[in-house]
Parts: sequence; C-alpha cells; structure tokens
Amino acid sequence: MKGTAGRLIRTFLFHGIKIVSLLLAVSIIAFVLVSASPIDPVQQYILGLGTAISPEQRAEIEAYWGVNEPPVERYLSWLSELLRGNWGESALYRRPVADIIGERFANSLALMLCAWLLSGVIGFALGCVMGVFRDRWPDSILKKLCYLLSSVPTFWLGLLFLLIFSVWLGWFPIGFSAPIGVAQGSVTLGQRLHHLALPAITLSLMSFANIALHTRQKLIDVLNSEYVLFARARGEGTWTVLRRHGLRNVLLPAVTLQFASFAELFGGSVLAENVFSYPGLGSAVAAAGLNSDVPLLLGVTLFSALFVCVGNMIANLLYGLVDPQIREVGK
Amino acid sequence: MEQKHETLLEIHDLSVSFRMYDGALEQKELQVISDLHLTVRPGEIVAVAGSSGSGKSLLASAILGILPANATVRGHLHYKGRELTKELQTQLRGSEIALVPQSVAYLDPLMKVGKQADGHKKPRPTERRRSLFRRFSLPEKTENLYPFQLSGGMARRVLVSTALITEAELVIADEPTPGMSLDQALEALQMFREMADAGKAVILITHDIDLAFEFADRVAVFYAGTTVESAPAADFRNGPDALRHPYSKALWHALPQNSFRPIEGFQPYAGDLPQGCLFAPRCRYATEECRAKIPPVREIRGGEVRCFHAT
Repeated sequence: MKGTAGRLIRTFLFHGIKIVSLLLAVSIIAFVLVSASPIDPVQQYILGLGTAISPEQRAEIEAYWGVNEPPVERYLSWLSELLRGNWGESALYRRPVADIIGERFANSLALMLCAWLLSGVIGFALGCVMGVFRDRWPDSILKKLCYLLSSVPTFWLGLLFLLIFSVWLGWFPIGFSAPIGVAQGSVTLGQRLHHLALPAITLSLMSFANIALHTRQKLIDVLNSEYVLFARARGEGTWTVLRRHGLRNVLLPAVTLQFASFAELFGGSVLAENVFSYPGLGSAVAAAGLNSDVPLLLGVTLFSALFVCVGNMIANLLYGLVDPQIREVGK
Repeated sequence: MEQKHETLLEIHDLSVSFRMYDGALEQKELQVISDLHLTVRPGEIVAVAGSSGSGKSLLASAILGILPANATVRGHLHYKGRELTKELQTQLRGSEIALVPQSVAYLDPLMKVGKQADGHKKPRPTERRRSLFRRFSLPEKTENLYPFQLSGGMARRVLVSTALITEAELVIADEPTPGMSLDQALEALQMFREMADAGKAVILITHDIDLAFEFADRVAVFYAGTTVESAPAADFRNGPDALRHPYSKALWHALPQNSFRPIEGFQPYAGDLPQGCLFAPRCRYATEECRAKIPPVREIRGGEVRCFHAT
C-alpha cells in the first residue's frame, strides 16, 4: 500500500500544479476581458453611491483605485491582494466578495449536491435498465426520453416545472431558498428542502441523460464481452451476471464521469437558479454580469474554475484508487 | 474398445445460422454450421480440427446454449441420451458441461482470480480450488491477483482449473494452446489426458493439428461448418493413406513435417456456400454428383466420412 500512497501523492501534486497554473491563466484571461470591456468600474461605483459627485472627486477616486495605471501593474496588485485574501468589495452588494461567494456557494452546493446525487443515482439505474433490455421496448422508450431531455434547455424545463408544479398544482414554492417573511434563523430544514426540490430536480434532469446513456453503452459492452460469455457458460443467469460482473465494471466509469461533470453542473445551476430566483452562486454571477460588478464577476469566475478543476481532479484520483488495473501496477 | 462405451454427447445434422441485416432493411440468414455431426464418448479426447472460420468455436457455444439471440439452431443434440433442450442446457452449464475458454480475456478484469475461479455457486469451493491451484503449481498469492497480472501460462492454468472445480463430465476446451510454449502446451494437454483417463470426456477445439494428433483419441475435421471426416487419431499419425476424405489428406500434406504443400483455393464464406459437397470446388476428385448433392455420412474403416468417393 506504500506504493499506492506515494503514487497518490505524486498524482495529487501533479494535479495541484496543473490547477494553480490553470487558475493563473483563467485570472489573466478574465482580467484582460474585463479591461477590454466597456464597463467603467468607477462609473458603476458612483452610481452605487446614489449621490452626484464633482469631477475633482471622481479624479480622486480614479487615482485612489489606480484606474490609470498600466494594466500589468493593475493585474499584479489585484493578484497580490487576492492572494492575501482580499477579493475586493462587490459594487452591487457593498460587501466583501469573499463573503458573498462563501454564502452563495453554500446555497449552491446544497442545490448542486442534491442534483448531482439525484442524476447519478437515477441515471445509473436507468442506464442499467436500458442496457439489460437493450433494443427492446423499455430501452427504446427510455432512450428517446434521454435524447429528449438532453436536448431540452434547462431554463425552459425550469419554467415548465414552475408552471405545472408551483402555479397549477401548488406543490412547490415559486422561488427562493426559504419562505418569504420568515426570519433567517427560524427557517426549518424541511422548508429549505421544499424550496430546493424543484430546482434540484430540474438541474438533475439536465445531466442524468448523459450518465444514463453512458451507462447503457458501457453495460452493453460488458454484456457482449468475452468474460460475460464465459460467465454464462459457467451457468450464471442474467441477474448473477449483472451483479457479479455488470455493476463492477460499469460503476467505475460512471462514478468518474459523474465527478468530471462539475462543469456542466455549474453551468446548469446558473440557469436553474435564475429561473427559480434561488440565491446561489449562479444567480450571483448573472447579477454581477448584468450590473457590471467587476470584483464579484472576477471572484466568481476564479472560484467556479477552481470548483470544476477540483471535480476533475477527484475523478482522476478516484480512478487510480478504485481501478485495480491502475492501482496494482504501482505496487 | 471405445466403441463399447455409451455415447456422452451425440450431435447430428446440426445447423447454426445467424439473422443478419444485409443493407438497410433486407434480412438474410447466414449459415455458419451445416449438417455437422460429432460423437463424444466418456473417457476420450475428441479433437476438433479445422481452419479459422470452420465453425469450431460456435460449436462450443451451440452445445452450451450461449449463442447470441440472433442465432438459430436446428438439428439433433443429445446428452446422455436426452435431448439437449434449452432447459437442460441451463441446468448443465457449469455443472456437468464446462468450458475452458481461449484466453485471459474471458476473465472479468476487475475481479480477483480466486473469487472468479470459485464461481458464483454457493457454497464456494474455495478449499477444492486451492488444492487445484497447488496442483498446477500456482503460487498461493495467485488468488489475490487480477487477471491482467497473470502470465500467459498462469492464466491458462487458472482457466483449466475453473473447469476442474465443477467435476464436469464433459469439458470443452476452446483453443487451449495458442500463445503457450511447447512445454506449457504439453502440460495443458497432459491435464486433459488425465481428465479423460478419469472417465470424463474432452472436446479439444484446436488448429494445432500436430498436438491434437498426439493427445486425442479421435479427430473430427471441420470444413466450412461441417464435419468432413471423423477418424481415430492413429489414422492421422499413419498418413494420408489411412485417411478417407480428400480434405483430411490435403490437411496432412500441408503440415510442415510432411510435404508442406497447401491446396489451391479458399474455404467458402458462410454467406456463399456452394451447392452439394462444400469441399467440391477445391476437390480434384469432384464429379457432377458432388456438385449437385451433399454426400451422406458413411462409415469406412472405423471412421466416418462425408464423401461419395472415399474408400
């Protein structure tokens, strides 16, 4: 096991360096794009103040912020502040960016985690059903459903669900993460889950087709394999084959695929949170973009890049840990 | 002497065909085994020899009832005098009839070898398997290895032990020797010989004709999905004059230690079988009769042959 641990640490370091260099690249590109955009952060700040100021005061703010310094210097000072933990202050919310990201991310994480688990479990189960009944009616129906769901836009599906389940049937609230008019401290877990359900289902429906179709194909490959033919020659029935060989060989790629899907998950959450007015990171980034809130926009960009990178890294590490063909070679 | 025994497996007029899509919607039947016959008695090794595409491996699947869903089987298969129905096949698979597959690819890549050799049946025959592993001089730690960690020879011994664990009466070994050194091949064949001497029956599917001649009791020669000749192995050792079918003789001549001379032409493809005798297009003795009708199975000098002109 010493070899395994050593290899894991090596892999971890390798991915760590990759992530840091990738984040640097993302920060440069994001900074360049914002600099080149017509957004004037000073103007946004002044608008936020709500009072008129004289041109002299404006010049003072510009000098204080270093707006007229060369872009490289501005980038470096922003980066060094960032590394010291100062992510800047949101022009929109008038609060430190790090605080907003932390708070919004907690909400988003609950949403994404539910959707992620839901899509993983449902997707895997449906994929297995499709694989076992390949080319028969349960498979063809489910396959069409998967194609349909993967081609439907998330926001449209979200609107449809709101219309049916919240407006017509009244089963779920229309939006937000807690009932309106209730103090933050007195919101129960049940109420939170009730508000979470519809956006989570919407978000999971977007990604479960992917994992279901992947699992289906993988299971079909496994069932057509020579080792399953031999298992059947030794008297194993369909369910024994599925239990002994199917799950074992299909679960591994499915789990890693699910960890590698953080990017789609985050992208989907931006749309889902906006449709359901859910106060997560996704709706914060949309608000930051629409209101030219540069510090928040840059902060969320970097944070979401980190989030996706971590997901991919987990997928890579997990494969090395679970697949004996990779794990045992290191011994 | 062997004639006195009861037959264990009897196959005659066996045909296997696959439904295939030809173009977008056109379906056609692809006949891969036609009018095949084979008899196996307890205590003997029957070698099934023939080139690639002669239907050898499909025969194993047909006996075990594990052909793909688009296959159709016609003909007579009898095991111990009982018709080999789907139900009986399900019952016998892995208990009375065992398969020794071709390669390590037939082992689940993610399951440890020991657990895999034990099989799915409860209680697990772990003790019996361990003693088999010891007999095959597989190190103790082998049971905790994954298939990809086995050497070719180890994999072969593991695969053979999966058949021995079952105490099967009929073992079908599908190409057990390719990729093995001569020593390993001899060792594997020696194990089959021991099984046969213990009263079991072995069908040895192979294109390693030399080894088959040495270790088998009888040899069945397959050509284009049918048995052209079935004869005592001694006849193949004695040379072409002891053989009956022109293809068997040609096979003998093609061996390196004989004249190393191949015959002209190719084995016909399953979708393009000639009328009449399947070997007629390549046979120098072929007559009008051969091209018009499929010759029946005839008994000549203690062997069976499917040829009008054999003597």
